[in-house]
Amino acid sequence: MNQASPANEKKARPLSGLGKLFRTTTFKLTLVYLTVFALFAVALLGYFALNTRRLITEQITDTVNAEITGLSEQYRLGGIRRLVLTVDARARRPGSSLYLVTTFNGDTLSGNVTALPPGILESSGWIETPYRRLDETEAGTQPTHHALVRVFQLPGGFRILVGRDLEERERLYDIVLSAGRWSVALVIVLGFGGGLFVTRRVLRRVDAMTETSRSIMAGDLGERLPVDGTGDELDRLAENLNIMLERIEALMHGLKEVSDNIAHDLKTPLTRLRNRTEEALRTASSEAEYRAALEGTIEESDGLIRTFNALLMIARAESGQARDDMEDFDAADVARDIGELYEPLAEEKGIALRVDAEGAAILKGNRDLVSQAVANLVDNAIKYCVAPDRPADAPPLEIVVRAANDGDLVLLTVADNGPGIPEADRARALERFVRLEQSRSLPGSGLGLSLAAAVARLHGGELTLADNAPGLKSIIALPRAGPLQMSG
Amino acid sequence: MPSYDISYTQRGLGRSAEAQPDRVTMRLLIIEDDRDAADYLVKAFREVGHVADAATDGEDGLAMALDGEYDVLIVDRMLPKRDGLAVIGELRKKRIETPALILSALGQVDDRVKGLRAGGDDYLPKPYSFSELLARVEVLSRRRGGRNEETELKVGDLHLDRLSHMVRRGEEEITLQPREFRLLEYLMKHAGQVVTRTMLLENVWDYHFDPQTNVIDVHISRLRSKIDKGFAQPLLHTVRGAGYMIRDGAR
Repeated sequence: MNQASPANEKKARPLSGLGKLFRTTTFKLTLVYLTVFALFAVALLGYFALNTRRLITEQITDTVNAEITGLSEQYRLGGIRRLVLTVDARARRPGSSLYLVTTFNGDTLSGNVTALPPGILESSGWIETPYRRLDETEAGTQPTHHALVRVFQLPGGFRILVGRDLEERERLYDIVLSAGRWSVALVIVLGFGGGLFVTRRVLRRVDAMTETSRSIMAGDLGERLPVDGTGDELDRLAENLNIMLERIEALMHGLKEVSDNIAHDLKTPLTRLRNRTEEALRTASSEAEYRAALEGTIEESDGLIRTFNALLMIARAESGQARDDMEDFDAADVARDIGELYEPLAEEKGIALRVDAEGAAILKGNRDLVSQAVANLVDNAIKYCVAPDRPADAPPLEIVVRAANDGDLVLLTVADNGPGIPEADRARALERFVRLEQSRSLPGSGLGLSLAAAVARLHGGELTLADNAPGLKSIIALPRAGPLQMSG
Repeated sequence: MPSYDISYTQRGLGRSAEAQPDRVTMRLLIIEDDRDAADYLVKAFREVGHVADAATDGEDGLAMALDGEYDVLIVDRMLPKRDGLAVIGELRKKRIETPALILSALGQVDDRVKGLRAGGDDYLPKPYSFSELLARVEVLSRRRGGRNEETELKVGDLHLDRLSHMVRRGEEEITLQPREFRLLEYLMKHAGQVVTRTMLLENVWDYHFDPQTNVIDVHISRLRSKIDKGFAQPLLHTVRGAGYMIRDGAR
C-alpha cells in the first residue's frame, strides 16, 4: 500500500473519507470474518450438494438392480416371450424406468428407449448415456435426456438394458447449487454492508474523540471526550481518558498555582534583598554598617535558597522520582530520632516532647523524606503550640510523636495540646505557601506541611490534620508495602 | 552567585575573642567550568592561606589531578569533555585516592548517593556558602591524617575514650547521652577545625535535609553546658557565620 509517488498521494486525498473507512480496524475485521463465513457457507452447501447427488444415485442403482433381478426372473420363468410382455407392460406406465431388450446381434425386441450411442449394449456395468424415449413427440433424432443405465446379459444371448432418467438428480443438484450461490452472495452483501455500517458508526465516534483531543491539544484542557452511555469499550476508553484529562488538568492547575506562588514567594524576599542592599549603598558610612548590610543580604539569600530547596523537594516528591530508592525501614526509629533531635528545642520553649514508639513499625519507603516530613510536623507543632495569649494557669504544653501499626498502615502522628487549627482552616493549611493568619509573624516558608503532604502522597499515603481536643493532631498514614506501582 | 561569609578569617578586626581554626596550608584543585565561580573560589581559598589551582574542563582537570600533588579536589558535577563523576572514577581506577568533594547544582538525595558511590568523599549542593565549603574541605584534607583510629581523643583537659564511652574534663567525669557523645566525638575528631551545622546533621544524625529551625544550636548549647560550664577555659566555640569548633583556647 506504500504509494511512493506524490501524485498518487494527491489523488488519494479526495477519497480520504472512504479510504479512512477502509483502513479502519473494524473494516479489516469485517473483511476477515466475511471471508471466513463465505468459505464456510460454500463448504457446507458443497457438502450438501454432493451428498444429495450421491444419495439419489444410490436410489437409482437400487431401483435398477431390483428391476433387473425381477426381469431376469421373468425370463427364467417364461423365456423371452414373457420377458418381452413384461417389459412392454412396464414401459407403458407413466414415469416408468427405461427398458430395452435385444437379441444377441443387437435387434430390438422391446423397450421404450432409442437413440442410444452405438456400443452401449456391448458394455456392461453402470453407464451414463444420452437417450431419447420412443413415445416422445418428435423433436429430431438427437438424444435429449441423460440416464444411468445397466446392461445385463441373459442366458441365450439376449441382452436387457434397464435405466433411470437423471433429470431429477440434476435438477436437485442445480437447486442446491444456485441456493449456495445466492446465499454466498447474500452473506457477502450483508456482511459488507453491515461492516460498513458498524465501521462508520465506530469511525464517527473515533472521529469525535480525535476532534476533541485536537482541541485539547490546542490548549483547551477543559474539554472532555464524548461518552454516549452505552458502557461499551469505546465508552470505557473515553471515560478513562477523561479521568486522565481530569488529572492532567489538576496537575496543570497545580503547576500554574505553584509557579504563581513561587513568583510571589521568591519575589518578596528578592525585593527585600534588593532594597536592603540599595539602602546600604546609599546610607551606610562605616565598615560596620556595610558589614551588617552584607550579613543581612546573606541571611536573606539563605532563606531564599531554603525556600527554593523545599519547592524542589516537593516537586520531586510529587513527580514520584524518589520511588526508585525505597527500602524497608523502621518508622519507630524515625519517630525516636526526630523526637530526640527536637527534644532540646521543645524544652527550650517550655514544651515537653515525648516519643511513643514501642516496637517496630517497618514500612517500605524513603527514610530521609519520611524523616523530613515528621521533622516538619514537629517543627510546626513547636512553632505554633505556644499561643500568644496563653493563660498562665494553662496545663503544661506537650507534644507526642507516635509511630504505630494500624492494619496495613503505619501511622506517624504528631500531636500537641496547643491552640490547634480550626476545622475550617485545616484543608487550607495543607496548601502550599498558606500560612494561617496567626502564623504570619513566625519565620518559615509556609512549605512545611505541603512537603509532608507531598511525601505522604509519594508513599501512597496521606497527611491528615485532626482535632486533638485540645490541639492539633497531624497524622501521616503510610501503606506498609510502599506505594502501589501504577500500571497501565 | 554563591553567598559567602569569611568573617571568621578576618583576624584582628576587633574579634580577637573569637576562635580561630588551626590552619595548615592545603593544595587544592578546583575543577569547575564556570570561570567566575572558579576564580572566586581560587581567590577565596588564597585569602585564607591555601594554594588553589583551577581547571575548566574534565580533561584538563583529570590531567592536573594526575600530575599534581593535591590535598583535596573540588569537582563540579557537570563539566565539559568529561563529567565530574567520570573524572573521579578515572582517578580512583588509577589508585589515586586524593579526597574529592563534589559540587552539584542538582542537590537531591539520590544525586548525593550517586556522587559518593562514584568515589567522591563529600558532596555539597549549589548554591553553597564558602564557609561551608571551606570547613568541609579542611575536614577532608585532614582525614588522611587519621585521627579516626585513635581510641582516645583529647582537647585541652577534655578526654574522650571511644571504647569505654567515658568523657572527663580534668578529673571530673561527664555523663553524656549517646547522641551527645557522638556529637562531642565528631567535634573532637575535628578539633581545631570548623564544623558546620549541616556537617553535624549529616554525620551525627545522618540526615540530609535542612530542618526549618536550627535544632543543632540547642544540642550544642546543651553539650556546652555539660563540658564547659564551671570551667574557666571554654573549649566549644561558636564560629560566627560558619558553625562550631572545639579547640584548646589556652594555646
